[in-house]
Amino acid sequence: MARREEAAVAAAATERRRHRFGWRLLAAGALGFCLPLTAAVLPEDRADALFHAYSGGGLDVNGPSILARKQLGKFTSLFGNYYVDSISSATIDVVTTASPYTEYREEKTVGGDFLYEKSIFSLSFTNSEESDFSANAATFGISHSMFGDLTTISLGYGQGWDTIGMSTDPEFERKADRQRYRLGLSQVLTKNSLINLNYELITDEGYLNNPYRSVRFLDGSGGYQYQSEVYPNTRTSHALGLKALYYLPYRAAIHGEIRGYTDTWGINGFIGEIGYIHPLGRDWTLEAGYRYYTQNAASFYSDLYPRKDAQNYLARDKELSTYYDHGISLGASWHFARHGWGFIDKASLNLKYNYLNFSYQDFRDLCTKKDAQGRCQSEGAPGSEPLYGFSANVLRLFVSIWY
Amino acid sequence: MKHVLFRPVLPVLLAALLAGCAIEPWVKPYERANLADPIMSFSRDPVADSYINHVYEAREGARGAEGGGGGGCGCN
Repeated sequence: MARREEAAVAAAATERRRHRFGWRLLAAGALGFCLPLTAAVLPEDRADALFHAYSGGGLDVNGPSILARKQLGKFTSLFGNYYVDSISSATIDVVTTASPYTEYREEKTVGGDFLYEKSIFSLSFTNSEESDFSANAATFGISHSMFGDLTTISLGYGQGWDTIGMSTDPEFERKADRQRYRLGLSQVLTKNSLINLNYELITDEGYLNNPYRSVRFLDGSGGYQYQSEVYPNTRTSHALGLKALYYLPYRAAIHGEIRGYTDTWGINGFIGEIGYIHPLGRDWTLEAGYRYYTQNAASFYSDLYPRKDAQNYLARDKELSTYYDHGISLGASWHFARHGWGFIDKASLNLKYNYLNFSYQDFRDLCTKKDAQGRCQSEGAPGSEPLYGFSANVLRLFVSIWY
Repeated sequence: MKHVLFRPVLPVLLAALLAGCAIEPWVKPYERANLADPIMSFSRDPVADSYINHVYEAREGARGAEGGGGGGCGCN
């Protein structure tokens, strides 16, 4: 089973504000209310059709994602997103303890942004369905700009409801609820730089296991056996991230991000990313970047337990182990129909590529060779097998139109 | 006569009161051409950013605080 998370809600498109001054603001200021000096505007009307493809570590995922947004009147902008994952999986987890499988996941999101004075209220609903997993999520957000549009604060809340099934057991059904609380601050520092500070708290409660995954333990006779994972029923995480953008003396920009993470399972993570964006003439935009991620293992994780039922909680999910990954990103956008074409105001064709490399520090490769029947075999004594690692290629090809 | 004198004083008084609680924007609207450039956005392509965040969230233990849209005029 592919890793499932609360269905991501399509990100709100870039919002921009226009400036409007009036006596009303002065009067309000005199009364002690620091009303904003400018008014907000809704995101641009835009549609994107994207094809995505991921390939790495025995997992192939591809499919389309269609996102369209349209303003209704002056104060409302609605959007919809249709997203598909076609999954073919023969990952290290699958080939060592189960059989390769194919899966199809369909995700639909609808939402809206509502403008009121200097604030934008956002609502969205998402449904994700696959044969053995169903997820629903609702989010609410508000953003408000102040200090002459130099500062924007945002608050968000989301709730998700998951239903976990099992293809091998029609009677199996478990629930998990998720809640997300977001707090954001965007700040213009100078006429060439701005930063974005984000904090998010996520709490999960319910069945958080993968029902198909197993842990291994020493069987006392020089070998090992498997038993089902057992996860805690709750997980609370905190993440704090800082992004920065800087406009260079010529028309180009550099950006960076650092983000820290900690949760009640004992995982501490760090993300660092830098990138460069370079317009080439009027019609092209090129970009490149580097990203690094590292984390330590969950407190109850082990690649090999000393015995069966060695502790209350058991996990051998490589995403809960100690590891790092890093990779480069490259992108090119071609802007066309700049002067309009029919109902289209402008358009772009975009290609983005990411290369990722994962190196696990305490997750061992139990499939370094295969027997005549194609079954995985490990090398060395239990606990001394080679460490696992893999690389992945990620492609995003999409066309965008503004209307 | 009293009314004529009061007329220019009122806006000055109101402006002074406003300055008392509002922070003067240190980047003026006419200085925001660079910030308004599309390359100065934290999320130029929402559909593509949403997807790559999903890729990372599925393969990494950390989650949250990715930050969505933003940038441009510093409006987000």
